Amino acid sequence: MTSPGMLAEILSPPFWVVLLPLAAAICLAFVRDHRAAGWINLAAAIGTALLAARLPGQTGAGELLLVDPLSAHMAMLTASIGVIAAWFSLGYIRHEAASGRLDGWRLRQYHALFQAFLGFMLLALLSNNLGIAWVGMEAATISAVIVVGLSRTAEAVEASWKFFILCGVGIALALFGTIVLALAAIPVTGPGLPAMSWTSLALAGPRMQGSLLNLAFVFLLIGYGTKAALAPLHGWMPDAHAEGPTPVSAVLAGSIPGVALVLILRLRGLMVDNPEAISPGPPLMALGLASALLAAFSLWRRRDVKRFFAFSTIEQTGVVAFALGLGGAGATFAAMLHLTLHTLAKAAVFVCVGRAAQLKGGQRFTDIGGLGATPLGLTLAAAIVAVAGIPPFGLFASEFLVMAETIRRQPLLALPLGFALVLGGWALISRLVALSTGAPTPSIGPVVPWTSLLPAWLPLAAIILLGFAMPEALTAWFASVAGVAR
Amino acid sequence: MTHGVAYDLSHLLGGIILVLSFALLSQRRLDAVITLYAAQAIVLAVAASWQGWSQGVTGLYVTAAVTLAAKGVAIPSALRRIAHRLNLRRSIEPALGVFPTMVLGVAFVALAVLVVLPTTAQSQAVTREDLALALSVVLLGLLMMMTRRSALTQVIGFLSLENGLILAAISIAGLPLLVELAVAFLVLLAAIVFGVFFFRIRDRFDSLDLGHLDTVGRTHL
Repeated sequence: MTSPGMLAEILSPPFWVVLLPLAAAICLAFVRDHRAAGWINLAAAIGTALLAARLPGQTGAGELLLVDPLSAHMAMLTASIGVIAAWFSLGYIRHEAASGRLDGWRLRQYHALFQAFLGFMLLALLSNNLGIAWVGMEAATISAVIVVGLSRTAEAVEASWKFFILCGVGIALALFGTIVLALAAIPVTGPGLPAMSWTSLALAGPRMQGSLLNLAFVFLLIGYGTKAALAPLHGWMPDAHAEGPTPVSAVLAGSIPGVALVLILRLRGLMVDNPEAISPGPPLMALGLASALLAAFSLWRRRDVKRFFAFSTIEQTGVVAFALGLGGAGATFAAMLHLTLHTLAKAAVFVCVGRAAQLKGGQRFTDIGGLGATPLGLTLAAAIVAVAGIPPFGLFASEFLVMAETIRRQPLLALPLGFALVLGGWALISRLVALSTGAPTPSIGPVVPWTSLLPAWLPLAAIILLGFAMPEALTAWFASVAGVAR
Repeated sequence: MTHGVAYDLSHLLGGIILVLSFALLSQRRLDAVITLYAAQAIVLAVAASWQGWSQGVTGLYVTAAVTLAAKGVAIPSALRRIAHRLNLRRSIEPALGVFPTMVLGVAFVALAVLVVLPTTAQSQAVTREDLALALSVVLLGLLMMMTRRSALTQVIGFLSLENGLILAAISIAGLPLLVELAVAFLVLLAAIVFGVFFFRIRDRFDSLDLGHLDTVGRTHL
């Protein structure tokens, strides 16, 4: 199973990005002091992000790893979210430990699973082998499931059960798709590992049997679509985001849809290349549009703040999937830009929401109100405005690009998509008014200092800068990211 | 393509696995459900070693051994112990009656055959038909998860679904062994997580009936 080439790759610098968090996970399982564990967690996350930042200069493909602009970009994004989550986690966990909701053994599990989750997501992103990417996804899912259930309240147990069952079924269907894809590839690539590697699949793509490829596509789309929280398989996400410890289950888990969408994007390339295969665009567009519309309507009925923002993530992921379905370099560019900016903005939102829920001792809209002009209130307002796609934040530009591409390629679909975006944005703003204005609801703790909001300011600053000006080098980088997928 | 013993026997074993899936769907007693699951895993192990012999791939014997040890022996006995500790001896009430479940099951098998056979026209006959059987087992596992209300039987549905995946993997010549090993490892991991879950659910709700979970969910939109 392991050849000498693969062993060398495991020890090569690009794979350190995966090894560091996994090693940190093992160490953290033995650290009893949760304060020290928090700092080790942050140090490991920063180290991972620094290693990931070197990936663009280490491009190449082996048996195990595929480092191209797409995977390098997504790894950098995921690792940055890891830093934000770990930084936020420091204060969050101190509060949870002080309130007695998480005891020593559970805090050890929490920190170890944080790093395991990060490491396995990076493995899924950087793997050149569809089977190993699947293992990464499944292992990341199991880590997240355990974290969601950690607090052992009735709601948390229900959320993690739903998460496990839905994603377990999704990931099982994805494996069936992977097996069928290998069956399609074996006559062209020969037996063994090449039948599952992205690089040899891309070469073999045009000569694979189209009907088998279609069958594989359907299963992989449903399977990884579940992880991307595309309707109708999005049910796990609101519960998981709401009930688990926020740094992992909302901030860090916000990267999971991106990881799944990258796998779907690579699959799209295979389908487009093959003359016999169906066009991957329409199913992707249908799922994306359905998710965006469904979530835009659902937003209005949420009473729980974290569930509300989870539905907003479903909406935006739907928009990204729709743009990926449009096809073409322009739409893929817009999709990748939107995915990046939204992941950063949503991380900032959940940092604020997590803090606000701790401050107010509840996470319903009726518990949290009148945040006003406090540092927390202002940061949350900025983050919500960013997610709503209102200038000067960069998401305005990326949503605009998606709409422009839609009008160019599928003018009729621009109408429902625009409707979903406006309805979702409107829901966000009306909720923002409720959260910020009015009489303050009673707090159970002291005012949140601005220093603890720094993990939210970092991504927001980046998004504002990109809203005003997009440096040429960055445009070129995004073009090369989009260029990987056909 | 000669349809010799190799073909007949692997076809027969795949058929037995499918029949056991139907038995799982209709069985209400928990003890019997666990026994049927163990039997399915054992037949799967036999099928894997038979494929290993007829394809000449030694790796498949490893798959067979892992399947037999983990899913034929370890997981069923763990499930029995859990059922005993949680005192789950009574029959399980399915959310859907046996007859409609069976009709749906037959429809799922027809669907699997109609989807797989035309798309795999260029593949080997063994592969085609085993793939159709495997997809049927996967869909029946899904159906079992949907029609049962108890957490324990939902999990057995999931594990049986995964037997279908292994059946698909062993019937394709040239698939890297990695796939089967990865699945086996993760199933063990998942089974441990499930085990932890049962006790948490039991602690919280005094029952493994997931109907209780739904009422919790509705109060928290």
